[in-house]
Amino acid sequence: MTADHVISQFAATGAETCFHGRHINPQIYADLTGENWHLSDYIERGGYQALKRILGADGSPGLSQDDVIATVKESALRGRGGAGFPTGLKWSFMPRQFPGQKYLVCNSDEGEPGTCKDRDILHYNPHVVIEGMAIAAYAMGISVGYNYIHGEIFSTYARFEAALEEARAAGFLGDRILGSVFSFQLHAAHGFGAYICGEETALLESLEGKKGQPRFKPPFPASFGLYGKPTTINNTETFAAVPWIIRNGGAAYLACGKPNNGGTKIFSVSGDVQRPGNYEVPMGTPFAKLLELAGGVRAGRRLKAVIPGGSSMPVLPADIMMSTDMDYDSISKAGSMLGSGAVIVMDDSRCMVKSLLRLSYFYMHESCGQCTPCREGTGWLWRMLDRIEHGQGRPSDLELLNSVSDSIQGRTICALGDAAAMPVRAMIKHFRHEFEHHIEHKTCMVPVHTPEVI
Amino acid sequence: MISKSTRDRFEREVAKYPVEQRQSAVMACLSIIQDEFGYVSVESERELAEYLNMAPMAVHEVTTFYNMYNQHPVGRYKLNVCTNLPCQLRQGYEALEHLEKKLGIRMGQTTGDGLFTLQQSECLGACADAPVLLVNDRQMCSYMSNQKLDQLIDGLKAAEVKQ
Repeated sequence: MTADHVISQFAATGAETCFHGRHINPQIYADLTGENWHLSDYIERGGYQALKRILGADGSPGLSQDDVIATVKESALRGRGGAGFPTGLKWSFMPRQFPGQKYLVCNSDEGEPGTCKDRDILHYNPHVVIEGMAIAAYAMGISVGYNYIHGEIFSTYARFEAALEEARAAGFLGDRILGSVFSFQLHAAHGFGAYICGEETALLESLEGKKGQPRFKPPFPASFGLYGKPTTINNTETFAAVPWIIRNGGAAYLACGKPNNGGTKIFSVSGDVQRPGNYEVPMGTPFAKLLELAGGVRAGRRLKAVIPGGSSMPVLPADIMMSTDMDYDSISKAGSMLGSGAVIVMDDSRCMVKSLLRLSYFYMHESCGQCTPCREGTGWLWRMLDRIEHGQGRPSDLELLNSVSDSIQGRTICALGDAAAMPVRAMIKHFRHEFEHHIEHKTCMVPVHTPEVI
Repeated sequence: MISKSTRDRFEREVAKYPVEQRQSAVMACLSIIQDEFGYVSVESERELAEYLNMAPMAVHEVTTFYNMYNQHPVGRYKLNVCTNLPCQLRQGYEALEHLEKKLGIRMGQTTGDGLFTLQQSECLGACADAPVLLVNDRQMCSYMSNQKLDQLIDGLKAAEVKQ
């Protein structure tokens, strides 16, 4: 066997994460097999009908830009990257009449620990993102777009480039699409290992060929974005939701979820569950149901805590999670955030000090260094947690951890500072006794660290 | 020296951006250099800077900012094992430790025969596939139990002997 053959034996197939048949009324992941990612397969699934409809290429009168934006507003689609901002509203901020070049950017820099949904979308259904971007470009009068893909998923980047070639050859991208006056050029770019580039203005800097250091906002990208031009940036899953909305209407999408939380959402469930993977379910699905889809907590273990929206979001104890629904408003009410939809499950064998220590190392490592509170503060947090974990903690440390977190949160250019601070505060709030035990007894109160063999 | 074939790969990347924005291709071009030479030398940074009309320091800033660029030569197979929290919960550290034992090196080091470099990495964006690792920046290996790690290492060693 060649080296390539040896390595490729271990490539993911999506069988466990995406094609498990355990979604509920899926839209983006519907009818995927792993093989049927090509343009012809996508068209068979009803793909590019929405683009044809808005352009009037199916014999219909077509949709105006305002019609498309109104439909997306009606759907209550909210940004799937983390902030949950209403997509239609964001699109309406774009100065459509701006005389110069405008840009559309897809944020596929999926590096929020726990999140792995966009990878499966791009790898197994790339055309749904291309069609969603083309519709968005039409609605906002944009002629050039980029999809910035996480550098670590290079095979997915290659797959997306192949899908772009198919779309160009079939006339779904390029000049005068489907005989209309609408032209849209779409390209793929990739990162190379910097979590911060998932922040939209850092991503723009990176796309301009620079260090990924976030910009001050305002000005927002809608007025000063890529190369200083008006730019709209949405997450991969957000664009992927758009074709369904155009085909079926905003009201139908809204009805799939719950008020103010339209549609389906893909949750990446990781950690201590029987079946880690991506699960596409209607917004508002109870957490208990999602946990059941993921096979429940590991055999013989009990649920202890869940980080419901990616590593940057506050942790919640089991009892709160088990009575919470999975949508933006419910999770917010429970004291955390839906974020990117990454659900990190921890069972009763987990030490919260050790878990938080790893997250704090991550934020220290990935701080871009621009703002002093984040650059220095993330290091402080990690060093204090490291000494607590290793029996060197001081009684004053918990107060100091909260104080350092306060000094970071809200005092930095971008949200990475908040992302580093929020988990610390929530862990201490909900699991204070574990930290106190570590400090007082110099040992961990959770007896079992090592999981069973997978 | 950057070859004609490498330049052809560069051209494809540069063509994606407005004519006056050649710099946008720097990330992709650096990863192509790394793919072909194994690392990004100061010399190749300088050549790329000239090609993209950038200051050499602006290219160096990119090389040093992003985690995946190798600023020094690494082993033929660079293995990046994710140990971030979701992977930590699913034996990410056990995978890293198993490789340390198997290869007889610590993370951050390269084996004496120059075949393997072992590194800890941050989130690869494949959290449900844990334990997961990346080989030479481009190929991801999923569900890497100790047995599969052995197969990977033994397989790569055998492939080298055959060559």
